[in-house]
Amino acid sequence: MNHECPGPALPCDRGPVSAAVTAYLRGTGPLPRAEDADAAHPYGDDLQLALYVCYELHYRGFAGVGPQYEWDPGLLGVRAALEHRFLSALRADTPGHDSLDDALAALLVEPVHGTGVSHYLRDEGELWQLREYAAQRSLYHLKEADPHAWVLPRLWGRAKAAMAAVEFDEWGAGRAERVHAQLFADLMTDLGLDTTYGRYLDAASAELLAVVNLMSLFGLHRELRGALVGHFAAVEITSSPGSRRLAEAMRRTGAGPAAEFFYDEHVEADAVHEQVVRHDVIGGLLAEEPHLAPDVAFGIDATGFLEDRLGERLLADWRAGRSSLRAPLAEAAAHSR
Amino acid sequence: MPNDPSETTPRGAPARRVTMQRQGPILVDGPVEVELEDGTTVSSDRFRVALCTCRRSRRYPWCDTSHRKRV
Repeated sequence: MNHECPGPALPCDRGPVSAAVTAYLRGTGPLPRAEDADAAHPYGDDLQLALYVCYELHYRGFAGVGPQYEWDPGLLGVRAALEHRFLSALRADTPGHDSLDDALAALLVEPVHGTGVSHYLRDEGELWQLREYAAQRSLYHLKEADPHAWVLPRLWGRAKAAMAAVEFDEWGAGRAERVHAQLFADLMTDLGLDTTYGRYLDAASAELLAVVNLMSLFGLHRELRGALVGHFAAVEITSSPGSRRLAEAMRRTGAGPAAEFFYDEHVEADAVHEQVVRHDVIGGLLAEEPHLAPDVAFGIDATGFLEDRLGERLLADWRAGRSSLRAPLAEAAAHSR
Repeated sequence: MPNDPSETTPRGAPARRVTMQRQGPILVDGPVEVELEDGTTVSSDRFRVALCTCRRSRRYPWCDTSHRKRV
């Protein structure tokens, strides 16, 4: 551990691109070869992990990696190539709605017989599955709402005021103990998980990495501000009903009070946030920049596309009785179960 | 706008904006204290509060998006 460069350990590589990126950050090897980056599957483990590592330099970095690598021109060039692969694939593969209104309307109805991950966990999820779910989601929730902060300087007026208000709420409205990332850490403690930032990166699937990379991609590019706003809207609109199901799953399995509270809080908070995001963030942005409507719709649809891929992967593993993780979890500590 | 006299009450406080929708909650700037039929009160200090109008919320009086159409 380097005291001048704290942070989580660099992850184990998952192929030639992620191996070269982590070696470069350790100072033990050259940047990835362009042909390796071009050959990597856009949603696969190798590309998604390499991209995740590049992005994480903008959040908290890694132990022993100098902070100057955040703006290393060579590494930024590699990141741009990986982003191009990812974004091109998303634009080609995302089933898009014809209009933003259609994309929003599709999110604003609830299926009577839903078949998603939150339905599964509510109805038949076992504690080990809830632990796996939380371990994977921790890659986002321990930095909840952070990727969306990058859009703030790209907004103004009504959209900016509303976005800042929602972010303030996500960050605890001025109280450290109510920061949503802290509430999630409390949930992890109830589930007997390690709350250390970045602890479960090696365990997370490519499908989960893609969900988090999407936020960083949209957040870090001003060009994609409309897509970031669409992504945020999709998360907030779908959160309340999904959180209610997950709160019920936590209650049914006796996961613990903090585990229940995290999702209960999101039922209520996100019922407000989705109103503010739809009316004021999207409404305000499009009043200023109406040409961004297709980008907002793309952000919504790409989010749904990647969340569906993650959900299908989780359910396929669990229904087959398999772990969804690349590395097994330690047994829960005695106090939790 | 605080310096616009048309938007202040006789006591000088700015009027509180309440946003109504036919399909959805009432939005009120927080903090809000709500008195329920049985005389008890609940409060929320969120910057904006969504109050249930469809009566289906399981977290009444707060909106939990239960007003959404089910398909």
